[in-house]
Amino acid sequence: MEISISVNGTQTGGDVAPRTLLVHYLRDNLGLTGTHVGCDTGYCGACTVIVDGRTVKSCTMLAVQADGRSIETIEGVAVGDELHPVQEGFWECHGLQCGFCTPGMIMSSIALLDNNNDPSEAEVRHGIEGNLCRCTGYHNIVRSVQYAGAKMRGEDPQGASQGVSS
Amino acid sequence: MSTTSVMGGIVRRKEDPSLIQGKGVYVDDIRRHGELASAFVRSPFAAATITSVDASAALALPGVHAVYTIDDVRHLGLNPAQVAVGTLRPLLADGTVHHVGQAVAMVVADDRYIAQDAADLVYVDYEPGDAVVDLKDAYADTVQVHDGVSNTLLTWNGHAWWEGVIDLPDPSPGIQEAKERDDTVVVSLEMVNQRLIPTAIEPRAVLADWKSGYDSVELWSSSQIPHAVAGAVGLAFGIGSNKVRVVAPEVGGGFGLKLNVYPDEILVCFASKVLGRPVRWTETRREAGFASIQGRGWIGTSTITGTREGKILGYELDAICDMGAYTHNFTVAIPLLGLFVASGQYDIPTSYALHCVVTNTPTTDAYRGAGRPEAAYYLERIVDAFAREIGMDPADVRKANYWKPDQFPVTTPIGLTMDTGNYEVNLDALLERVGYEDLKAKRDAARAEGRLLGLGLSSYVEVCGFGPSALAGLGFSWAGYGLPAAFNGSGVVRVQPDGTCTVTIGTGPSGQGHETTWAQIVSDGLGIPMDNIEVHHGDSIDSPMGIGTFGSRSIAVDGTASFEATNRVKEKAAIIAGHLLEAAPEDVQFADGGASVAGSPDRTVSWAQIAESAYQPHTLPEGMEGGLESSVVFSPPNATWPFGSHLALVEVDPETGDVDLLDYWATDDCGNVINPMIVDGQVHGGIAQGIAQALFEEAIYDDMGNLLTASLVDYPLPAAENLPMFSLDRTVTPTDVNPLGVKGIGEAGTIGSAQTIVNAVVDAVSHLGVKHIDMPLRPKRVWQAIEDARN
Repeated sequence: MEISISVNGTQTGGDVAPRTLLVHYLRDNLGLTGTHVGCDTGYCGACTVIVDGRTVKSCTMLAVQADGRSIETIEGVAVGDELHPVQEGFWECHGLQCGFCTPGMIMSSIALLDNNNDPSEAEVRHGIEGNLCRCTGYHNIVRSVQYAGAKMRGEDPQGASQGVSS
Repeated sequence: MSTTSVMGGIVRRKEDPSLIQGKGVYVDDIRRHGELASAFVRSPFAAATITSVDASAALALPGVHAVYTIDDVRHLGLNPAQVAVGTLRPLLADGTVHHVGQAVAMVVADDRYIAQDAADLVYVDYEPGDAVVDLKDAYADTVQVHDGVSNTLLTWNGHAWWEGVIDLPDPSPGIQEAKERDDTVVVSLEMVNQRLIPTAIEPRAVLADWKSGYDSVELWSSSQIPHAVAGAVGLAFGIGSNKVRVVAPEVGGGFGLKLNVYPDEILVCFASKVLGRPVRWTETRREAGFASIQGRGWIGTSTITGTREGKILGYELDAICDMGAYTHNFTVAIPLLGLFVASGQYDIPTSYALHCVVTNTPTTDAYRGAGRPEAAYYLERIVDAFAREIGMDPADVRKANYWKPDQFPVTTPIGLTMDTGNYEVNLDALLERVGYEDLKAKRDAARAEGRLLGLGLSSYVEVCGFGPSALAGLGFSWAGYGLPAAFNGSGVVRVQPDGTCTVTIGTGPSGQGHETTWAQIVSDGLGIPMDNIEVHHGDSIDSPMGIGTFGSRSIAVDGTASFEATNRVKEKAAIIAGHLLEAAPEDVQFADGGASVAGSPDRTVSWAQIAESAYQPHTLPEGMEGGLESSVVFSPPNATWPFGSHLALVEVDPETGDVDLLDYWATDDCGNVINPMIVDGQVHGGIAQGIAQALFEEAIYDDMGNLLTASLVDYPLPAAENLPMFSLDRTVTPTDVNPLGVKGIGEAGTIGSAQTIVNAVVDAVSHLGVKHIDMPLRPKRVWQAIEDARN
């Protein structure tokens, strides 16, 4: 089937098999391998992307369902060399270890902060409940998201660059 | 964004910029021209004879290149194991299957979709047989997993194994006599330490590219042990390990499950060789329950005999340990690792029997902690039960039985030497920090109001940092993979001609931040900024001969090798700088990206100038060899022995049995710390996996051997909402066995935590009559325990 999708602001498309999962379209057709596959059933969230402003687990969506939509992946988050505050937060607060869940976790965190840039610990934990991390125990992910929120509010949060950790 | 730091500093990780932008390269992200994908046909039966395999329909599907069965690959031998006690796994089922999900055939096709379609078209006829899944049934040996072979492979009893190696006293003096005394108490519990599925978020993935013109192969694998895989592939194909380049790029979590040589690693090489194209395989999450190893899986009874004053006179542990159907890398050695620390921090007589028993289930092997969480669980649960029985505070009972600081080095009951330990100081640091007495008062006040609050405490000691070369003689080497190397650490430090630095190590991270930590070590030694130091790893050809990442060993062993290599580079650089500056080498100081002469800060040379000279031998002092690098192999005289104390506060809902984990505190002692941020992160993740075992996770099999929890829907990893923030602290007792004084921290959190939670929950409901609840403490189980105790 012919599809046309905007991915990170670039129009893409072409003929895809109807059963192609969106995540495989992104990874195999477009070479955007930052979106990962961790579970096949929509539970781990490693494949989270933003479709028309809402988070979607791209292993549970067909590429043809994304026809005509606008998709943002981890590769489109930074602007040139400038990291998104959430990316900076994860770096400053050691919000990642192996990094495999990280792209999906960052996409969910961005969506969370777009709705509420001053979330409580409980709100952060609820906001990322669809993304599983096996390395961090979430402690530093919560800190990372709150760091990013502070940054987005124009504050000057402290992280590893200032010698601050958990 | 300079990240220069001395050791001990909090430094942002060097590996993060690529990972947070989705630019990290994991195996499944690599694309090779002309590559094919594969899928496996897996058995639906736990015990069966294969009567026929019909691949004709699969082969007729457009885009399918091959279907392989054991007849195609039998000549490659069995899947090798390092500790080869038990039945080794055939690369594909050879006439029989012994667990659900065992691979029967391999399909290779144009892409993963077609490969899976074709796998569904391979018709296999099975004659089902009797499966044995329950551990006690397996131990009884009424049904044998492998015909004619006892299900019990061996029993570790703590001392017979060492006979002739270590001269041991009787490890259990006086236990029976103590039991018969009138003034002693005997407390005993049968407990299950349930099977777990390690579940790295990155499933395993492999990609092979056989170079027919060179008779060599390149294999990308999501592995903790690329050198061992290279050795095994070389053995299978009859080529040297120097013809096998195994690359472990970014590895998306390991936790022991990637500490194995797996049949698929050999099979993709075979398919690539035969088909002349690169061949990949990527595990699905459901397959991970069959195709990768699992962990834990013990049922056992621990017993303490002691006085009413809290002195433990004997600790006995008798457990059946599930090996699964086939032996992999370390399978039967995992309970032995538990035995190494089974007496924990205590100076007590012991008696052990750990029976290694096969069942019709997938293989078990190392999962974070690997035997040591199980051992700590059985010990620390029964210490708590003993304390409750005699009415003493659990902290006081522990203190009454600790090894004392002046007893170190200590010889444990099974003959191992613990070099350092300072247990009471560590526990007191925890108790003072949390306000233990106030917490107890808070718990008691809540209980008076009918709320079920509980406090749980655990001590632990870990053995890690493997290890002493002499252990290789006891079977702990890669000899099973044709690599007769002991558990050495290795590191190469090279200053490049432009003054930047390359560090190449024999271990590699799966999230532990080696690139940052190693850069800190080398930057601290040479004064080269961290941004100018690149750490390379995970390539069996280009990395120095190393053992890999497991057993919390990397920093203590490989880290020391790089530290020593740094010192040697520095010594040579001091001579060169002295030569350039016309000063004595002992007057040369390194800082700020170069060298200067003590007392004459204006006399400086940069690392680039030193290196430039080093690579032009005619400019060097006469007779000095050119180049500026050092390669060091380090073999420690002993393992390391981290320890710590953990405490949890929980509240149990009496109506639902739901456990709310309110607070978690840990005071660990991993010796000196290089990057506190990374060390804390390791503890966070370790604790999370222990809590996961205590409260959530369990690999459940029905009596036919079907895994009922093969997806994340049924196997609930904790999500962010299920865990609290963790409150951490450290005591610092450096080890003597390496010059960095570092001990390892990857597994400590897991070893200390599961029993901490269970102790807390049992504390919350013990006054209702509950003595024990088996993990995972899901609401129904806790509710049922309360109901049973009340009625």
